Amino acid sequence: MINAVGRDIPEEVLKATGREVFQGAFYYDNKEYTKAAPTVRANIDPKRSKLVSSIREALEKCGAHDGMTVSFHHHFREGDYVVNMVMEEIHNMGLKDICICASSLGKAHDPIVPYIEDGTITKIMSSGVRGKIGEAISAGKLRDIAVMYSHGGRVRNIEEGRVHIDIAFIGAPTADECGNLRPSGGKSNCGVLSYAYVDAQYADKVVAVTDCLVPFPNIPASISMVNVDYVCKVDAIGNPDKIATGAAKPTTDQRKLLMAQYCTDFVAATPYFKDGFIYQTGVGGASIASTIYLADIMRERNIHMGLGLGGIATPMVRLLEEGLIGKLVDTQDFDLGAVESAEQNPNHIEITGSEYANPMNKGAYVNQLDFVILAALEVDTHFNCNVITDSTGMITGAQGGHPDTATGAKCTIVITPLLQGRSPAVCTDVTTVTTPGETVDVVVTEYGIAVNPSRPDLMEAAKRCGVPLYTIEQLRDMAYAIVGKPDPVQFADRVVGIVESRDGTIIDVVRQIKEFDFSN
Amino acid sequence: MNHPNKKRLRRSMMFLNCQKPALIKDPYIYKPDSIMLDLEDAVAENQKDAARFSLFHALREIDYHGVERVVRINGLDTPHWREDVRVCVAGGADVIRIPKCTCANDVHVVEGAVLKAEEEFGREKGSTLLMAALESCYGVLNCLEICKSSDRLIGVALSGGDYTKDLQTHITGTGVELNGARQMMIIAARAAGVQCFDTVFTNLDDMEGFRRETEMIHSMGFDGKSIINPRQIPVVHQVFTPTQKDIIFAEKVVREIDTKKAQGIGVFTVDGKMIDIAFYDGAKRTLMLAKAAGVYGGDLI
Amino acid sequence: MEIKHTAVAGTMESSDALVTIENGDGIQLSITSPVIHQFGNRIRAVVLETLENLDVRNAAVTVVDRGALDCTLKARVEGAVFRAADCSEHGIPWGGGVK
Repeated sequence: MINAVGRDIPEEVLKATGREVFQGAFYYDNKEYTKAAPTVRANIDPKRSKLVSSIREALEKCGAHDGMTVSFHHHFREGDYVVNMVMEEIHNMGLKDICICASSLGKAHDPIVPYIEDGTITKIMSSGVRGKIGEAISAGKLRDIAVMYSHGGRVRNIEEGRVHIDIAFIGAPTADECGNLRPSGGKSNCGVLSYAYVDAQYADKVVAVTDCLVPFPNIPASISMVNVDYVCKVDAIGNPDKIATGAAKPTTDQRKLLMAQYCTDFVAATPYFKDGFIYQTGVGGASIASTIYLADIMRERNIHMGLGLGGIATPMVRLLEEGLIGKLVDTQDFDLGAVESAEQNPNHIEITGSEYANPMNKGAYVNQLDFVILAALEVDTHFNCNVITDSTGMITGAQGGHPDTATGAKCTIVITPLLQGRSPAVCTDVTTVTTPGETVDVVVTEYGIAVNPSRPDLMEAAKRCGVPLYTIEQLRDMAYAIVGKPDPVQFADRVVGIVESRDGTIIDVVRQIKEFDFSN
Repeated sequence: MNHPNKKRLRRSMMFLNCQKPALIKDPYIYKPDSIMLDLEDAVAENQKDAARFSLFHALREIDYHGVERVVRINGLDTPHWREDVRVCVAGGADVIRIPKCTCANDVHVVEGAVLKAEEEFGREKGSTLLMAALESCYGVLNCLEICKSSDRLIGVALSGGDYTKDLQTHITGTGVELNGARQMMIIAARAAGVQCFDTVFTNLDDMEGFRRETEMIHSMGFDGKSIINPRQIPVVHQVFTPTQKDIIFAEKVVREIDTKKAQGIGVFTVDGKMIDIAFYDGAKRTLMLAKAAGVYGGDLI
Repeated sequence: MEIKHTAVAGTMESSDALVTIENGDGIQLSITSPVIHQFGNRIRAVVLETLENLDVRNAAVTVVDRGALDCTLKARVEGAVFRAADCSEHGIPWGGGVK
């Protein structure tokens, strides 16, 4: 069945996943539904201890069984040890058909690929599957169709009961014996535990894994003890150097600085750029450079950012400290500066994944955004974006908050170099749609910008700001003129993954990769 | 011979290694006035042959959107330069840069080979321009004869690194070791009516020092500077482009002189400055420079 | 042109291509590329056309592409062919066989 972005979703996939096709970003707006609930156990006897001596003991006490769903957060980023530790134990117990419901998986989790290959893990739901897990899924090694969702989409999946988590494993930098969890105060601090909140609320069993047990009460807690069943102390939950990396040096790449300049010039010319504006940016070199240029204009014109949102890195923290930003609401910390600020600055506030981006609650923070600056692997002439498959069709990226912020923001800007190597980033049709064009307003490249024709108001600003202005087709033509017109990626027939829209409908599918066949 | 591009705007000339495909794809986005594709020092001795193929196709097939293409051939003391000239002319290079130029005869020798190649490859005779890089004491001393050596010669450029070695000193950062060469070259170039370009500044982390050096050579009268990285381009263009203030003043000067001339008045003041007919050419040049740089839309030139 | 011995041109750097030419029977071509899907057919066409322009009828050609544009592919194939024929330094038919 063809969906609202023109992608054909096979009937078998709709049946197998029990979902509808994507019908527009606002299809479920105002939908009424009843939330799901976990099955939990009363803890009245004050003598009972939640402490367990090992992951294995936790698994046994939680009644780990074949076919169960386990969940993890990714606040430890490339420094995470928790997923691998838990999956290794599950494997050693001889369990099978496990479903992993993660907020994201990355290269740190390459070691679980053998468990995919031997059938221990048969289903994966995640925002991203970077590294060897993505390769394994693309090669068709995962038995069930993978589900790739956004940050908001994951929360929705859990709250509406489409996913039922049997055991949630929450890596916590500090925990007390009762299960009050904090993202700081330990040796592997991560600043926030935003993505784990929904797991703690909705999983039947919740196991806290920490390398730093602290005296009760460990409060104010990000995750409250009333939702935690067991607390397991291990030697290390992650590698601190990879969790809280040093702040990246500002880029000196002229190409990125050119993109940043164009982006800032445009932003400053829009009517949304006024005192109190609400802003989110990514951590790519060009996005950060754009924020730094914007800060100069903010100082010049005495315009303050009312709220900064999202994954936070040091540059935003510095602006908060300078007083140029009123408050930061934080769902993920990308470097040490952000982690420390989250711990210490009362205007730097942790929010949950649901508060951030869930489309099905009563109004998330993304709905308040004036601007979001996003990256993309590809964007096409319909302004659809691809953030997960590369030029060989391999799954390599993550949706993250891309579609969530794009839908919520009044002005969604995608910043990308015109070419990624020989691959044109601006093309006729993206390989895989992750973010629908109706939610994307402007594309900024180092050659110039293009505005979605559905936004004549932004077109006015674009004409005023002095940046070279083109149609999206012209940008594509410039790209093709340099590299040539690309053929579409060749895939095998088998669907290995679905790209879930924020509301759970299917916006595109990913098929198994295959070796290229020269045409004869 | 008519060379319409001989005096075009050349504030910035960016060096690019012919053997680095990633860099030569689309350097025009940084908007240099000229790019210099290098067959000489940047290319290893055993890669000179391969670099020529890269150059040929780059010149013929990459759209540089009006940025001038200069090619630095190998020196006359190497076995490479003749084939370099052939590929430059066949490819359609705009300017050939002759390294290690010491005397007018060097230019004549290259010019002879260029003429032959223009015949061989059916290019309009005289369409390939030349420039001379001076890298030695002899070259600097012979600057005037080099500047006058050929109709095709657009100007001379200083190669500071090799020159200071010839002087038996080194680049100090103060500029004192380059003073003599800079002064001789700008004086000779102006006397001969050609352009004059300054040497590269290699410390990319010292943008303040780069700006100071650029401002200094601008004041000395240089037409432009060689660049090794795109981030140096905006600085050079800022320094070499007349400001709005300069433009407004120049317009006043031109208008006033035209009016006053008609009234038979030779000396007067504009904005408190004493002006006479001698200021006319300079004011016109300011407006031409501004127009070429895209910041002047008026009709006085 | 005759391939006298094995020759190589290009590098493994991003946007370049490493082209190796050896003696062969007819034209045997092997291509690897990070953009094989999007440009595999085009890369093959450009390489074959370049060989044809140079009148190379017998060669085993290996192209390790790193995202090179057409102009770079042509340059590398030509570089390898002329080196394999020991005549890469002088008298190149610019605009003739090399177009």
